[in-house]
Amino acid sequence: MREESEVGLTEAERYDLQRLAGIMIPADAAYGVVGADDDLIFADILRSLGRDLEAVRTALARLRDLAGGDFAALDEAAAESAAMVLLGKQDAVTFALGRAVLQCYYRDDRVIAALGLEARAPFPRGYELPQGDFSLVEAVRGRARMWRDLDGTGDGTGDGATDAKGG
Amino acid sequence: MAENSAHSTPRPTDEKVDVLIIGSGASGAAVAWSLADTRMRILCLEQGDWMKPIDFPSNGRDWEARRYSDFDSSPNRRGRDTDYPVNDADSIMKVANFNAVGGGTVMYTAHFPRLHPSDFHVKTLDGVADDWPVDYWTLEKYFAENDRMMGVAGLAGDPAVPAHTPPMPPVPLGRTGTRYAQATNNLGWHWWPSDIAIATTEYEGRAACINLGHCTPGCAQGAKASTDITYWPQALRAGVELRSRCRVREITTGADGMATGAVYYDPDGVERFQPAELVIMAANGVGTPRLLLNSAGGAHPNGLANSSGLVGRNLMMHPWPMVTGYVDEEMDGDRAPQTVMWSKEFYETDPARGFLRGYTLQYSRGTGPVNEALLALGRGLLPWGRDHHKAYRSMLYRRLQIGVACEDLPEEHNRVTLDPTLKDSHGIPAPRIDYTLSENTQAMMEHGIARATEILEEAGAANISSSTTALNYPGHLLGTARMGTDPARSVVNEWGRCHDVKNLFIVDGSIWVTSGGVNPTSTIQALALYIADCIKQRLADATLFDGGGGNF
Ligand SMILES: Cc1cc2nc3c(=O)[nH]c(=O)nc-3n(C[C@H](O)[C@H](O)[C@H](O)COP(=O)(O)OP(=O)(O)OC[C@H]3O[C@@H](n4cnc5c(N)ncnc54)[C@H](O)[C@@H]3O)c2cc1C
Repeated sequence: MREESEVGLTEAERYDLQRLAGIMIPADAAYGVVGADDDLIFADILRSLGRDLEAVRTALARLRDLAGGDFAALDEAAAESAAMVLLGKQDAVTFALGRAVLQCYYRDDRVIAALGLEARAPFPRGYELPQGDFSLVEAVRGRARMWRDLDGTGDGTGDGATDAKGG
Repeated sequence: MAENSAHSTPRPTDEKVDVLIIGSGASGAAVAWSLADTRMRILCLEQGDWMKPIDFPSNGRDWEARRYSDFDSSPNRRGRDTDYPVNDADSIMKVANFNAVGGGTVMYTAHFPRLHPSDFHVKTLDGVADDWPVDYWTLEKYFAENDRMMGVAGLAGDPAVPAHTPPMPPVPLGRTGTRYAQATNNLGWHWWPSDIAIATTEYEGRAACINLGHCTPGCAQGAKASTDITYWPQALRAGVELRSRCRVREITTGADGMATGAVYYDPDGVERFQPAELVIMAANGVGTPRLLLNSAGGAHPNGLANSSGLVGRNLMMHPWPMVTGYVDEEMDGDRAPQTVMWSKEFYETDPARGFLRGYTLQYSRGTGPVNEALLALGRGLLPWGRDHHKAYRSMLYRRLQIGVACEDLPEEHNRVTLDPTLKDSHGIPAPRIDYTLSENTQAMMEHGIARATEILEEAGAANISSSTTALNYPGHLLGTARMGTDPARSVVNEWGRCHDVKNLFIVDGSIWVTSGGVNPTSTIQALALYIADCIKQRLADATLFDGGGGNF
């Protein structure tokens, strides 16, 4: 298709998707975050459609139907209500659309920083993990043998059998 | 040339080997390593690639997204050229796997429990399914050997399982495990830090875990024990040869009914014949029956080693509801190994519960920012629009989740067959899965979901939900070439040799008789080491290809 971009969406589809993304996750000054229609995030969404491309196109076709043929022409309130009808249908197509948006939104440096997290890959630095309270295991350690064997013992009834065979 | 080969065009024939192993995953690696000390010429053909630490998602900022693309656990979505498609469209359980050197262990979570002693005697103890022809005590020393080879972390002293001492200290409980432990103690139920095949200290040249979190789609640190970094380096040093990107199409047999080798496609797509004295299948509970069915020929029109008609039948996959809730303070999330502890409170049969057999509760930590959003979306908990940010912040790093690892009993109608139309990139017929849940499994799932919910409530969680219908797919592929002493009721004998073909062995998850309520890899590998020892013993006394069975 002539006007199709290298990411497989037409210009009209790209416009609709960007508008839809902004409705799905709007900017919010109180949380200090941009919306999913932010240009950088949206460019990432387009680049990353990958295996979800066809599902996203199907979602956009549904959106156009819901909008009476032209989502771009709807005013803000009508656009939002069409989008919410689309997103209210819980199936593989809307889930794929959600994934396409969320996987890019929640890796954007600004969004990650606003969440108070470090914008980096896990490797190579990894993370610190506290040991936690291993003394809690003492409440369990003294219990009678729970496992059964052919002799039928060890069913948790407190026979106290010791593990003669186990290494 | 192979008796059952349908192809008449000449194909290159490789030099004969003593032992040909098909598949380099959990079991293929273990059997290769164990047999290496025989000094036989051993070759493993593996359809997948060697993975490099740099390949794994946790190296990059798109680490979470790659779980839904080239590191998806479904071969159908992943769609690497090293994968084969699986038609599981009509099955409630889907197939999860990974096709590479190391097989499923590259893509597993490394939770490493063993089957319990009672699991080998389900008919005698509980009157269901069949007893195994081996028992826990026969496998015990192989469990220990495998724990050493893989490198297992855990804590000795669990009253719910036979005594054993893992070689490394357990993974930290962290905040999440501490919260779970307090709640489970309040209820008076059993829990214990899990055995996990992750290095918590430096171990045999491998670095210790640094809490990358994304253990399942490959560990960039090399702390998770996948067989490409545990067994394989040692097996290769001992002289075993491994050829990657080589996909086997069929096992060939001679006029005497013995296996003669395998037809495979080399990395350039050239069809070749690999002759062998002994063939060992280690292609997993879907790949092995697929290959046996694809090896149908004149003397065995229903598939190789299938005179019982059981090849592909009795597929068991461990239905695994996940119960999730959110607490009001920050938990470990994805900054830790993903599993932390188990509860065996409901493992052993109690008929009063309304079902036979039982389940493990597997306590997991949380996820990262993208996965939290996706999982919450899937549960209908994450709104779009203006309320999105507030709701999301109430969930991020606050997740608790408990998996209910249910034992599914063998049922012949749950099975692997060949799909009539679907093929892999070499034109080899692909497998089809048919699987339904039994009433016993459904009752067990409901019981487990209710108990996991109680634990989460006790831990102070809110917004508790469970995946009752959309089950988690744990990638446990079992039972499709079962073990037994009766050739009419089983595919392999009690030491892994096919009843029908006396130089063909199976060592992967296919040979399981029942599934237990635990992740299977520890027991799969212990069985592979045991079968390797049986082979060595019988080589020594020249009885390997004799008729009849009997343990040594
Ligand atoms: C997402 C996920 C999480 C998991 N988590 C856990 C866990 O926490 N604990 C646990 O115990 N288990 C877990 N498992 C399961 C574990 O991976 C398997 O139990 C184990 O790997 C099975 O061992 P196997 O030897 O039977 O087969 P595999 O390890 O699957 O190896 C089979 C190998 O055969 C190769 N093969 C297949 N067909 C051919 C052919 N025609 N030609 C050449 N090569 C072929 C495949 O490429 C593969 O490498 C998990 C699995 C997945 C997918």
